[in-house]
Amino acid sequence: MHRKNKWSNLYLIAVFAILYAPIFYLMFYSFNSGGAMRNFESFTLDYYKEVFEDTRLLIIVLNTFVIALLSSAISTILGVMGAIAIHLVRTNRPKQTLLTLNNVLIVSPDVIIGASFLILFTLIGIKLGFFSVLLSHIAFSVPIVVIMVLPKLGEMSSTLLDAARDLGASSWQVLTRVVLPFIKPGIFAGFFMALTYSLDDFAVTFFVTGNGYSTLSVEIYSRARQGVSLSINALSTLIFLFTILLVIGYYFVNQRNMKPSSKRTNVQDASQINSLEEGTK
Amino acid sequence: MTNKARSIYLVPYLLWIVLFVVAPILLIVYYSLFDVEGNLTLSNYAKFFTPVYLRMTVSSFWYAFLITAISLLVAYPTAYLLTRTKHKQLWLLLVILPSWINLLLKAYAFIGLFGTYGLANAVLELLGIGKQQILFTDFSFIFVSVYIFIPFMVLPIFNALEEMNPSLVYAARDLGASAWTTFRRVIFPLTISGVKSGCMAVFIPALSLFMITRLIAGNRVITLGTAIEQHFLVTQDWGMGATIAVFLIIAMGLMMLLTGNRKRGLTDAQKK
Repeated sequence: MHRKNKWSNLYLIAVFAILYAPIFYLMFYSFNSGGAMRNFESFTLDYYKEVFEDTRLLIIVLNTFVIALLSSAISTILGVMGAIAIHLVRTNRPKQTLLTLNNVLIVSPDVIIGASFLILFTLIGIKLGFFSVLLSHIAFSVPIVVIMVLPKLGEMSSTLLDAARDLGASSWQVLTRVVLPFIKPGIFAGFFMALTYSLDDFAVTFFVTGNGYSTLSVEIYSRARQGVSLSINALSTLIFLFTILLVIGYYFVNQRNMKPSSKRTNVQDASQINSLEEGTK
Repeated sequence: MTNKARSIYLVPYLLWIVLFVVAPILLIVYYSLFDVEGNLTLSNYAKFFTPVYLRMTVSSFWYAFLITAISLLVAYPTAYLLTRTKHKQLWLLLVILPSWINLLLKAYAFIGLFGTYGLANAVLELLGIGKQQILFTDFSFIFVSVYIFIPFMVLPIFNALEEMNPSLVYAARDLGASAWTTFRRVIFPLTISGVKSGCMAVFIPALSLFMITRLIAGNRVITLGTAIEQHFLVTQDWGMGATIAVFLIIAMGLMMLLTGNRKRGLTDAQKK
């Protein structure tokens, strides 16, 4: 039995080592003065300086955040409306149809989303650039918000709404005083998910971004195609730290709202969507 | 709430569905009917069934299958062993964490790791095997893809294992089943739903990956995704790109139908 334990521990250690090796490799060499991802010469922060002096890159970072915040805010509003709409549909068939249509964008690969949006935008006559990227990010974030909000609406007892209306609340008051506060955790989770998806997206953006407009992922791709440059390493280290902060923030937001009864954590739910969506990239 | 209130919520959402879900799919199908000059033909479909495209499709499916199978082989034991650890939620979170990091950065890291002077070659040299060309080979493509998909395979299997009633395993062992028989007859059948959703989460994306083929496989591997990207953004032959996309959508629909139906069949069998 003891021997067996040793082997299983070894296996897990090997898996974790492989999972984290590339990330730490990248971070480690961002401090290399040698200028390549080999032969560590001496410690330097030059590449970080380079990142912060590159105005073009900083503008791209700013673009990325503007897109992420705007698209997740708008898609949260749309998604909450959609979730309430689906929740209010009582008959089974239309409800299932709506849910299926909702999930289409979650399961379809990014290449298809990107290509079809490219056709759509060219046909409508929307110029490729900021606006097309924003629209497509909103489009693929909406279903994620719906999925995160819908279960919360299901948990809400209808007697709550009846009581509010009996006491003379208008529909607007029912919405803002009863429904929205109740589903707030779902809304926050949805917003966070939309934010991470927008920040993370490469393939869709790659299709609908025209010349002259770029987000971080697209920029990293075009730089990486030209070969190794340690300023990408420095940049990735910064992004990695930021991602961890975001995940921790997300985790705590959910932890606070989590009911002790629910066995699965919200992080798990989130990753489930993540896994549905992935590929995507 | 009244019908009027309902339609206020429904209208913007339906608008989104029509504009960004229904219209794009229809447009893909519509564009697949036009050739480069803009004539209405079925020539794209005829072209798809020529050996060049068929070979590409078959190899794309083959790679996706390999990636899915290897991910499953690595992820199942990982998920199983994770359920045995003390702080399993924490460990699970650590498995998931890399999946939150931008995919391009991970791919970029492998350019360094697998490079001629990278860590992988240094280890090979230490072992006395000597330098090998790792980057831009089938091996590197499959390795990196598996690396990227492992968290998505581990998670559903982990959840399925967690939901399994452990007393079933004890019962099997009490009744004299060996460890292997217990796994084959009890544990694996009970977690098949997790395995299926894991495979779903890996297979379709593996068919449509394109940045990995470009960055890691150096254009040696062409998947359906690469072909679509190529037609849309490089050669500007949108019709052919859309045709390939139509087949990818069909493949996706078939996959979902297949796994969905089988699941239903399983529950029916259980009812009997």
